[in-house]
Amino acid sequence: MAKRKLDRDALNSKLIRRPIQRCFPLFLLPTFAAFCIGFLYPFGKGLFLSFCNFKTTSKWTWAGLANYVKAFQDSSFLYSFGFTALYALVSLVIINVLAFAVAYALTRGIKGSNLFRTVFFMPNLIGGIVLGYIWSMIFDGILSRYGTSILLNTKYGFLGLVILVGWQQIGYMMIIYIAGLNAVPEDMLEAAKIDGANAWTTLWKITIPNVMPSITICTFLTLTNSFKLYDQNLALTEGRPFKGAIHTTEMLALNIVNSNTIKTRGVGQAKAVLFFVLVAAIGVMQLVATRKKEVQQ
Amino acid sequence: MKRKSSDLRQEKRNKMVLTCVFAVLAVVYLLPIFLVLINSFKDNAFVNTQTFALPNGESFVGWANYEKGLTFGNYPFLKSAFYSLFITIVSSALILLCTSMAAWYISRVGSLVSKVVYYLCVFSMVVPFQMVMFTLPKTADALHLNTPWTIPVIYLGFGAGLAVFMFAGFVKSIPLEIEEAAAIDGCGPVRTFFSVVFPMLRPTMISVGVLEIMWVWNDYLLPYLVLDRKKYMTIPIHIQYLKGSFGSVDLGAVMALILISIIPVIVFYLTCQKYIIKGVAAGAVKG
Repeated sequence: MAKRKLDRDALNSKLIRRPIQRCFPLFLLPTFAAFCIGFLYPFGKGLFLSFCNFKTTSKWTWAGLANYVKAFQDSSFLYSFGFTALYALVSLVIINVLAFAVAYALTRGIKGSNLFRTVFFMPNLIGGIVLGYIWSMIFDGILSRYGTSILLNTKYGFLGLVILVGWQQIGYMMIIYIAGLNAVPEDMLEAAKIDGANAWTTLWKITIPNVMPSITICTFLTLTNSFKLYDQNLALTEGRPFKGAIHTTEMLALNIVNSNTIKTRGVGQAKAVLFFVLVAAIGVMQLVATRKKEVQQ
Repeated sequence: MKRKSSDLRQEKRNKMVLTCVFAVLAVVYLLPIFLVLINSFKDNAFVNTQTFALPNGESFVGWANYEKGLTFGNYPFLKSAFYSLFITIVSSALILLCTSMAAWYISRVGSLVSKVVYYLCVFSMVVPFQMVMFTLPKTADALHLNTPWTIPVIYLGFGAGLAVFMFAGFVKSIPLEIEEAAAIDGCGPVRTFFSVVFPMLRPTMISVGVLEIMWVWNDYLLPYLVLDRKKYMTIPIHIQYLKGSFGSVDLGAVMALILISIIPVIVFYLTCQKYIIKGVAAGAVKG
C-alpha cells in the first residue's frame, strides 16, 4: 500500500507536477503579477503610510501612531461607526427575518414560486449608485408632500437606507435560505408530522436547527455588507444632513473616503486600516462559526 | 378519512391565499422600476411633485428626456456605456482565463510558492477596497493602468482572490487520473489544461463569471479613483456625476438614463437567470 502511494507520487511529480512547474511564467505569473500591482503592493504601502505623515506616496515622514490617535479623536469617525453599527444591527434583523419568511413560504410548493423568486432576486443586479437615485426619487416623492426631504432629516435617511438595502438584499439572502430549506431531510419532517407536532413546533425544532448553516452565512453576509456599504449611502444621502463637522447619515466607508483629502490623508489611511481590521475580524468570526458547525454535523 | 380530505382542502386554500399575497408583494417589489419608467417620460417639474402618477397630458414629454439625457453634461452617455461594457467584458474574460490557470497551477504544484500565493488570495478576500483606495490609484497611474484599455489588469489583481479560491476549490475535486491519462498520451501542460481541464471547469467558470460581471459592471469607487476622470467615465460614474455636479439636476433625464442602464441588466438576468442565481449562491457560500 505504502509502496503504491510512493509510486503514485513519483508518477505524479514526473507526469503532472514537474511539467506544470516549468510552465510557471505562463500559468501563475500573470495572475501573480497583477495581484502584486492591484493588491499586494498597494496594501503594504497603505499599511506603511498609515504610520506616516504624507501628501503623496513618495514624500512621507514617520509619524508613529499619531494618525491612529487622531482617528480615534475624530468625532465624525466615531459617530459614523456608531451609525453604521446601529444600521448593521437593524438591517441584520430585518433582512434575515424577512428573507427567511419569504424563503419558507416559497418552499411550501405554492404556485408561481419560481416567478416570485425571480422577481425578489432582481434588485441585486442593479448597482448601488443607480439604486440610490431610484430610491431618492421615491422617498422625495413622498416626503415633498410634507415639505421635507430625505436630505433634511437623519431619521428618514436612516430608514431610507434600511428600506433600500432591504429591497436589494432580501432576495439574495432568500436564495441562500431556499437552498438551506430544500436540504432539510424530508423524513425528519414526516416523523414530526406523525408524532403530531404542529407547524410552529416543526419550524422551531426541526427546520431552524437544520438550516443553521444558512443562517450563519446570511448573518455574517449582512453584517459585512452593512459595514462595507458605500455606493448606496453616497447616492441616497451623501451623509446629509450635516450638523457641524458631523455628517449625520454618513457610514464608515463613506467617512473614510471623505477623509481622503490632502490635509487628512494620513488619518484617512489609519481609519482605513482600522476599518480593514474590523471587517477582517468579522470574516474570521464567520470562519470560526462555520467550522464549528461543520464539526458538529 | 373525511377529516383528511377537509385538511387537504384547507391546505389547498392556504396555498392559494399565499400565492395571492405573494403576487401582490411581487408587484410592490417591481414598483420602483415601474416608477423609473413612468418618470422618465415626465417633465422635470413633475417628477418630484407627481412621482406616483402616470404621465398625463400636462407632464408627458415623450422622448425628450432620453434625447436630453444622452447628450447633457458635456459627456455623451453612450461613450460611458461603451467603456462600461468594454471594461466589464475584458476584465471578466481576463479574470476567468488567468485565475483558472493560476488555480490549476496552485492545486497541482504543491510548492511553497503555490501555498503562499493561495493564502495571500484568501487573505485578500477580507480586505475592503478603502484599504488600498489611496495607494492603488497612484500605482495604477505610475504603470499607466489608468485607462479603460488597461484597467482590466487592476481588476484582475484586485479580484483575483475570490476567483482563485473558487477555482482551486473545484480543481481539487477533479480526479488526477484524467490529467495523468492525458499526460501519458503525450499532452504537455498547456494542452492538458486547455483541452482537458478547461472544459471541466465550466460550472465554476459560469459562477465566477457571473460574480465578476456583476461586480465590474456596477463598481463605482475603483474606476472613479483609478480612471482619468476627465477623459473616461463608466455608467455609475456618469450617473453620480450628473447628480453631483448640477445643483438642480434634470430628474426626468436622469431617470431616462437609469432606465437605459438597467434594461441590459434585466435582459441579462432574464436570459441567464438560472446561472446567475446558482453563481451567486455558490459565491456566497464559499466567500
